[in-house]
Amino acid sequence: MSAAAEERGARAPWALTAPALMLFVGVLLIPLAMTVMLSFHDWGQYKGIEPVFILKNWHEIASDPYYAEMFWRTFRIAILTTLLTALLGAPEAYILNRMSGRWKSFFLLVILGPLLISVVARTLGWALLFGGNNGLVNKLLMSVGAIRSPIPFMFTETGMVVALAHVMMPFMVLSVWAALQRLDPQIENAAMSLGAGPMTIIRRIIMPQIMPGVLSGAIIVFSLSASAFATPAIIGGRRLKVAATLAYDEFLNTLNWPLGAAVATLLLVALVLIVVGSNALIERRYAEVFR
Amino acid sequence: MAYLELDRVAKQFGAQTVVDDFSLSVGKGEFISFLGPSGCGKTTTLQMIAGFLDPTRGAIRLEGKDLTAIHPAKRGLGIVFQSYALFPHMTAAENVAFGLEMRGVPRSERAERVRAALAMVGLAGYEERHPRRMSGGQQQRVALARALVIKPSVLLLDEPLSNLDAKLREEMQIELRQIQRTIGTTTILVTHDQNEAMSLSDRIVVMSQGKIEQIGTPQETYEKPASAFVSQFLGKTNDFAGTIDRTVSPTLLVAGSWRAPAPAGLGGPVTVSIRPERIGFGDTGLSAKIITRIFQGNHWLFQCDSECGPAIVIRQNDGQAQPAEGDAVRLTWRPEDMSVRARADA
Ligand SMILES: Nc1ncnc2c1ncn2[C@@H]1O[C@H](COP(=O)(O)OP(=O)(O)OP(=O)(O)O)[C@@H](O)[C@H]1O
Ligand SMILES: [Mg+2]
Repeated sequence: MSAAAEERGARAPWALTAPALMLFVGVLLIPLAMTVMLSFHDWGQYKGIEPVFILKNWHEIASDPYYAEMFWRTFRIAILTTLLTALLGAPEAYILNRMSGRWKSFFLLVILGPLLISVVARTLGWALLFGGNNGLVNKLLMSVGAIRSPIPFMFTETGMVVALAHVMMPFMVLSVWAALQRLDPQIENAAMSLGAGPMTIIRRIIMPQIMPGVLSGAIIVFSLSASAFATPAIIGGRRLKVAATLAYDEFLNTLNWPLGAAVATLLLVALVLIVVGSNALIERRYAEVFR
Repeated sequence: MAYLELDRVAKQFGAQTVVDDFSLSVGKGEFISFLGPSGCGKTTTLQMIAGFLDPTRGAIRLEGKDLTAIHPAKRGLGIVFQSYALFPHMTAAENVAFGLEMRGVPRSERAERVRAALAMVGLAGYEERHPRRMSGGQQQRVALARALVIKPSVLLLDEPLSNLDAKLREEMQIELRQIQRTIGTTTILVTHDQNEAMSLSDRIVVMSQGKIEQIGTPQETYEKPASAFVSQFLGKTNDFAGTIDRTVSPTLLVAGSWRAPAPAGLGGPVTVSIRPERIGFGDTGLSAKIITRIFQGNHWLFQCDSECGPAIVIRQNDGQAQPAEGDAVRLTWRPEDMSVRARADA
C-alpha cells in the first residue's frame, strides 16, 4: 500500500464515525460540560445568573442537611425499589422460563406490555387506586369497614417504592431471563440425577448462575430509579422530593439554575461512581459465570 | 436374570409415537449401545430410563424392581449429557463432589473419593479449575467422573463424545472402555456413530424410527444384519439384485454373471449384500468397470459400475498392483461372506 493510501486508510474510520461523533459531542458532551460549568456560577433573586466561578452552590449542598437528607432519600428509595424488583422479578423470570411454549410468550407479553404504556399513565393509575379518600381501593376498603382511614400511599416513600418497582419490573425480569437463557437446558436434570431435590437445585444450581443477571438488572433498576423523575413527581409531588424533582424545581420554579445544575451534577457523579464500581465488583466476583 | 430390563416400553408425544415396543434386557456389567439415525428415539429411551420422561406404556425394571415408580433423584443412575451439563459456577472438584454431598457422604471421605475419581479420568491436578476454563475433552472427563463417583448402578451416556474432534474422540473411546472394564459398571451409550458403537459395546441395539431393528454383538450386527436398514446403517454395503433358481439341481443363486450354490430356504428374487472389503478382483464373477480409484492410505477404495448397479470395493494396501480407473474387472466373493434376503420389491 502506498503512503497516501495508508494515510487514507487510517483516516477512514474517523471520517466514517464523524457524523455520529459530532452528534454525540453536540447533544451530550457539550450540554453536560455546560451543566457542570453552570453549577459554579452565581445566582441571585434579582440579578439572575452571573457567569463567575464560585463554590457557593456546592458549599450550600455540602453544609445544608436538607440536601444530605434528600440525597439519602433518593438512594434509599432506589435501593428498596431494586430489592423489591429483584425479590419479585427473579422468581417471576424463573417461573416464566419454565412455562411451556404458548403460555410463555403470552406471559412474556403481559410482563413487557407495561413498557408500551407511558410511565405517567402507569403512575397515575396507582394514584387513582390509592390516592387519598377518593382512591378506588381506599374507598372500597373503607366502605366495607376494613380500614378507618385511607392507606397512606401518595406522598410516602412506600408509595414511591411500589410505583417505581412496578415501572422497573420489566428490566429486572428481562435481565434475569437473559441469564436463564444461558443455562444448559439439562442442568436441572443433571443435578436431579445426582440426587438433588427441587429446593436444592434452585439454591445451589440455578441461583448462583442467574446471580449475574439479577445484579446487572439491579444496576439498571437502581440507576433508573435514582434518576427517575415522572414517578416521584406524581407520587411525591412537592412534599417528598428526590434529587431529580429537586433539580427540576430549582431549574423551573425557583429559577436557580446554578443550584439545580449542582444537584444534577452531584446525582450524575454519584450514580456513575456507584454503577461503575458495582459493575467492576460483579465482574470480578462472577468471572467464572460470565465467561 | 436381567439386571436392567425394558419391557415393551413405548413413548408418545401427543399423537406421535417416538419409541414403540422397546424390549431389552441388559446383563450386569454389560456395555450396550443404542445406535440409530438422528431422531430415532435414542435420547427419549435413555431419558425414560433416567426418569426425566415417563413411558407411555411398558415397564422398566432394575434388579426386578419397578424403576418408573422411583423419583429420578433416587434412582442412583449416573448420567453424562451430550452438552455435559456441568455446573459452571463450581470447580471440577465441586462438580464431582456434588452427588456425594447430596448423599451425605462426610467431608473427608468426599474429598478422597473426588480426588480418586478425577485421577481415574486423568484429571489429577485439575481440581480447582472451573469448567469454562477446560477443553471439551477435559469437561467431558469431569462429567464422566461426576457420574461415576456416586457408584451408579447404571451409567447412561448420551452421545458424550460427539462434541470432540476425531482424534480426541478415539482416545476417549479407548479410555471409556478401559474405565468401564475396570469398574464394571453396567453402561448404556447412545450414539449415532457406528464405529463408536462397534468399538465400545458388548451388544448394539440398532434403532430406526422408534423401533428396534436388531440387537446383537458388533460382529453379529455387522456380519449378519437382520434387515436392509441395519446393513446400510452399519458401514458401507453393496446390495445386488439376484434370483434363486430352484428349477436346476443343485439350486443356484444368480446375480448377473456371478453364481453360487443357493442357501437353503429362499427362492425367487433376493437381495445379496456384501461388504466392500469382502469383494475381490478375480477371473470370474460380476463384470464391472472401475469408475474411480481413491487412495486412502491403508486401503484403496474403488467405485465400480457393475452389471447389477453401482458397487464399492475396498482393498487393503498390501503393496500389490491394483486395477486402474477404466479397467474392466470381475468382482467375486466367497458365498459365506454375503447375506441373502428375500427381495421385497419384486
Ligand atoms: N418433548 C418432545 N415433544 C415432542 N416430540 C419430541 C419431544 N422430544 C423428542 N421428540 C421427538 O421424538 C423423536 C425422537 O427424539 P430423540 O431426541 O429421542 O431422538 P434421538 O434418537 O436422540 O436423535 P439425535 O441423534 O438427533 O439426538 C424426534 O422425532 C423428536 O422430534
Ligand atoms: Mg439424542
